[in-house]
Amino acid sequence: MSDATAPEPPGANRPFAKRMMRKLQDNWRSVIIAIPFFWLLFFFLAPFFIVAKISLAELAIASPPFTKMVEWTDSGIMTIRIVFDNFTYIFEDSLYFDTYVNSLKISVTSTIICLLFGYPVAYAIVRSGPVAKPILLFLIILPFWTSFLLRVYAWMGLLADQGTINNLLIALGIIDEPIRMLYTEFAVFVGVVYTYMPFMILPLYANMEKLDGSLNEAAADLGSRPTNTFFKVTLPLTIPGIVAGCLLVFIPATGEYVIPDLLGGGNVNMIGRVLFNEFSRNSDWPVAAAVAIVLLFLLVLPIMVFQYYQGKASEAD
Amino acid sequence: MYGKRSRFLTIMLTLGLAFFYIPMIMLVIYSFNYSKIVPVWGGWSLRWYNELFQSQEVWEAVSLSLQIATLNATFATLLGTLAALAMVRFGRFKGRTLFGGMIVAPLVMPEVITGLSLLVFFISLNELIGWPAQRGFTTITIAHITFSMAFVAVTIQARLTGMGQDLEEAAADLGAKPFKVLTAITLPRLTPALVSGWLLAFTLSLDDLVIASFVTGPGANTLPILIFSRIRLGLRPDINALATIIILVIAVCVAIAAILMLRQQRRDLRDQQLAAGEG
Amino acid sequence: MAVVPPAGAAALAPNSLQTIVRHGLNGTQTVSDTPWLDQDGQKPLVQIKGVSKKYGDVTAVDNVDLDIYSGELFCLLGGSGCGKSTLLRMLAGFETLNTGQILIDGVDMADVPAYERPTNMMFQSYALFPHMSVEKNIAFGLQQDRVPKNDITDRVHDILKLVELEKFKKRKPQQLSGGQRQRVALARALVKQPKLLLLDEPLAALDKKLRKQTQFELANIQEQVGVTFIVVTHDQEEAMTLSSRMAVMDAGRFQQIGTPTEIYEFPTSRFVADFIGSANIFEGRVSEDGADHITVQTDAVEIFIDHGQSLSVGSRIWVGLRPEKIRIIKSDDAASGLNQISGKVDDIGYLGETSIYKVELPNGQIIDITAPNQSRPMDREQRITWEDKVMLSWDPSSAMLLSS
Repeated sequence: MSDATAPEPPGANRPFAKRMMRKLQDNWRSVIIAIPFFWLLFFFLAPFFIVAKISLAELAIASPPFTKMVEWTDSGIMTIRIVFDNFTYIFEDSLYFDTYVNSLKISVTSTIICLLFGYPVAYAIVRSGPVAKPILLFLIILPFWTSFLLRVYAWMGLLADQGTINNLLIALGIIDEPIRMLYTEFAVFVGVVYTYMPFMILPLYANMEKLDGSLNEAAADLGSRPTNTFFKVTLPLTIPGIVAGCLLVFIPATGEYVIPDLLGGGNVNMIGRVLFNEFSRNSDWPVAAAVAIVLLFLLVLPIMVFQYYQGKASEAD
Repeated sequence: MYGKRSRFLTIMLTLGLAFFYIPMIMLVIYSFNYSKIVPVWGGWSLRWYNELFQSQEVWEAVSLSLQIATLNATFATLLGTLAALAMVRFGRFKGRTLFGGMIVAPLVMPEVITGLSLLVFFISLNELIGWPAQRGFTTITIAHITFSMAFVAVTIQARLTGMGQDLEEAAADLGAKPFKVLTAITLPRLTPALVSGWLLAFTLSLDDLVIASFVTGPGANTLPILIFSRIRLGLRPDINALATIIILVIAVCVAIAAILMLRQQRRDLRDQQLAAGEG
Repeated sequence: MAVVPPAGAAALAPNSLQTIVRHGLNGTQTVSDTPWLDQDGQKPLVQIKGVSKKYGDVTAVDNVDLDIYSGELFCLLGGSGCGKSTLLRMLAGFETLNTGQILIDGVDMADVPAYERPTNMMFQSYALFPHMSVEKNIAFGLQQDRVPKNDITDRVHDILKLVELEKFKKRKPQQLSGGQRQRVALARALVKQPKLLLLDEPLAALDKKLRKQTQFELANIQEQVGVTFIVVTHDQEEAMTLSSRMAVMDAGRFQQIGTPTEIYEFPTSRFVADFIGSANIFEGRVSEDGADHITVQTDAVEIFIDHGQSLSVGSRIWVGLRPEKIRIIKSDDAASGLNQISGKVDDIGYLGETSIYKVELPNGQIIDITAPNQSRPMDREQRITWEDKVMLSWDPSSAMLLSS
């Protein structure tokens, strides 16, 4: 380490070389940061500004079908046109407003069903023996990796008028005429609960698994019955898992497109579907953009709650 | 936390698993149905598999989807890892909050919004600089990288945080320069997370319908787009056959992964016994 | 609590260390054991000057100064959060300084990154690379210095011999026991022949029996390789066994620096007296200040001390008395001399080799006395039991003057 025996005075070249090395190191880090940073800036953030811009424009018969925000008049004067009509239109037109409410109704209800059903399942896995546990976990994770689209399709086969359930019920003599299930709101509920259930079970499982088993024993030792222990000890301690699971179900369910389209047919309107159709038919882009912006704000709130909880959880560690 | 499983819990567990698997089992069974109308049983047959294999359209979609998924997984893992390193290991830097926000945002963003904003972006970009002239392979890949890198970044971030910084500090203490620390210590330790990140990105891409539908162009049909366009009109036996094959492939892959993990666990156990034996 | 001299127990063959610098091993313990005394104008190896470190509003290290000389085994002792680990990490280069300066061998370390410092660290978690074998772990540091391959092989071989792990060189860290991992961590840090070895709680992860044995081994290895050690520990017994000199730290400051004997026998503050071993503390005022003695009048008793600095009469002072330095006999007499006081046994704890007596003094204060159980407690007449009247006494040299 010591440069005492070096022929040239050590102070002369060394600091410069060192400075260069430092600079290189700093740049090396900057490069690592810059690549993903600019990718996201370019392909994630910039598109949103464009959507925001379009939501403030007017519909025009052109390609793309909206007016330009910034225009140069012939005399070289820049004019900026901002129109809030699209936003007022969304709230005045009952189609959009009702669709929002309907989306929220479906996603909130499905989240609650997922929680009521997923909680005991997660708890059952946690309480299983060392052999059964990994197998059960595997069985829960497997559908998670299986194609989302195909899982929805599987329910089409079950719920159709001529589907498995109706055929079975008729064969058993319970009903004479098939019950209409496919292309109803009921089918949408089933589809949402079915596809998002693993998102509820897995965070709950992860949370419960970390709980100290001796807490239950301590409660029992102090005279608490199992039911009481569950409500007084286990349930309060699994709130972080409940919050995480609910948000993981609620957020994607609200913007869902595939399930209402395939299982709801034309009969169930959800905001994701309206957006998709509005856009793919190339009709009213400014309004669709405004719908997207409103949906974004609708979802920003739960995300903030989520991050607040996560922040609190990491502080506690 | 093991313990007794009450009867209620066992019933719920059974119901849950039935709920998960009965639809898929029915899907598989009906793929072997001879009848053209899916729910009407017409005897066992491989007719639809045969039809499927002869469909040029299906093969093209499969090939396109696999190409996009591979490219996407590779780039998303690369970018996601860089992002995670920047967030966890580089301390404070300018724009860190914005960066962190942009990493988390795609996770909670409805696909519809991501898709439409990217579509609008590509159209505007085309007007501005004439690229991308046509939407399809490239635009889908870019869109997929953008949202799946966030998933990779979060996976790797969790792993990096869990690893702690002891080993990196030890390497620096032993004279390793920062870049050497990264290549000799951090990355090898990250390998399992990198593998699962890659697989996650791969699956996300294979699975995506909504974003791909937005940013695709004429002729570029990924497998989900193809499936969706067919089942939108009702049940189709050839899709049942396709679904069966996909489910089978995924089940085999996940099972292999599970077995590998189990082996690793056994190896760890053996190591512990070895250590205890000669302590 | 006995002070064990680190020298004397030799277990490892010194020849096995051709490549490791040895110095100061004289067999007799004279010069090399007290490098801070015979500096002969030589510079300290480590100079810590006015160093502070803050995390937000919390001051972890508060303006500390310390010189450590070549060949020392220096312990930083303190409770959790006292700043000892922060100080160690600043020496290693993992934490930046808010104020002050650290010099190692006369070179300011401010701009020297961790990977260029002439120090090596043994981590509390050991921080062994799990994807490398024992051998590769140890070779890692040498490879960074671009040491020729043959030299690396030789040096790794020698150090493995020193820590007696030759058989395990192909194993991965997770295939080793706790004690073996500890030795790999030590070997990995030592093989680079640092000027200064930093050890963060080196024995904390071992069980109690292994810890005691390893304490002596560590001191031996330090003596053989002659590298300066700085050890951070929260275990006072460990600090006393290992160190040639130690610093007691609290709230980011050094409370006292000295040899283990100095710290135990002559603590300067109530904190140190109570932190190292235990002490009965009496508050009082100086009643007489003689040429070779001092008398302190406390609530309970007048204490005569035949050492200590000169203090003005009437100034407030504390006096500490170690439980084992107080004699206890069964007696009904009233106290009649200096350093004598009568009391009543309030409680007894039987510890086997010793017993601990809690004695209530006339003013109500309860003090601890430990006494060896020299005879079996069968003789009912002599045995001290609950509610017995006892006479306590101590030597004029036993009491400790505590200034704060």
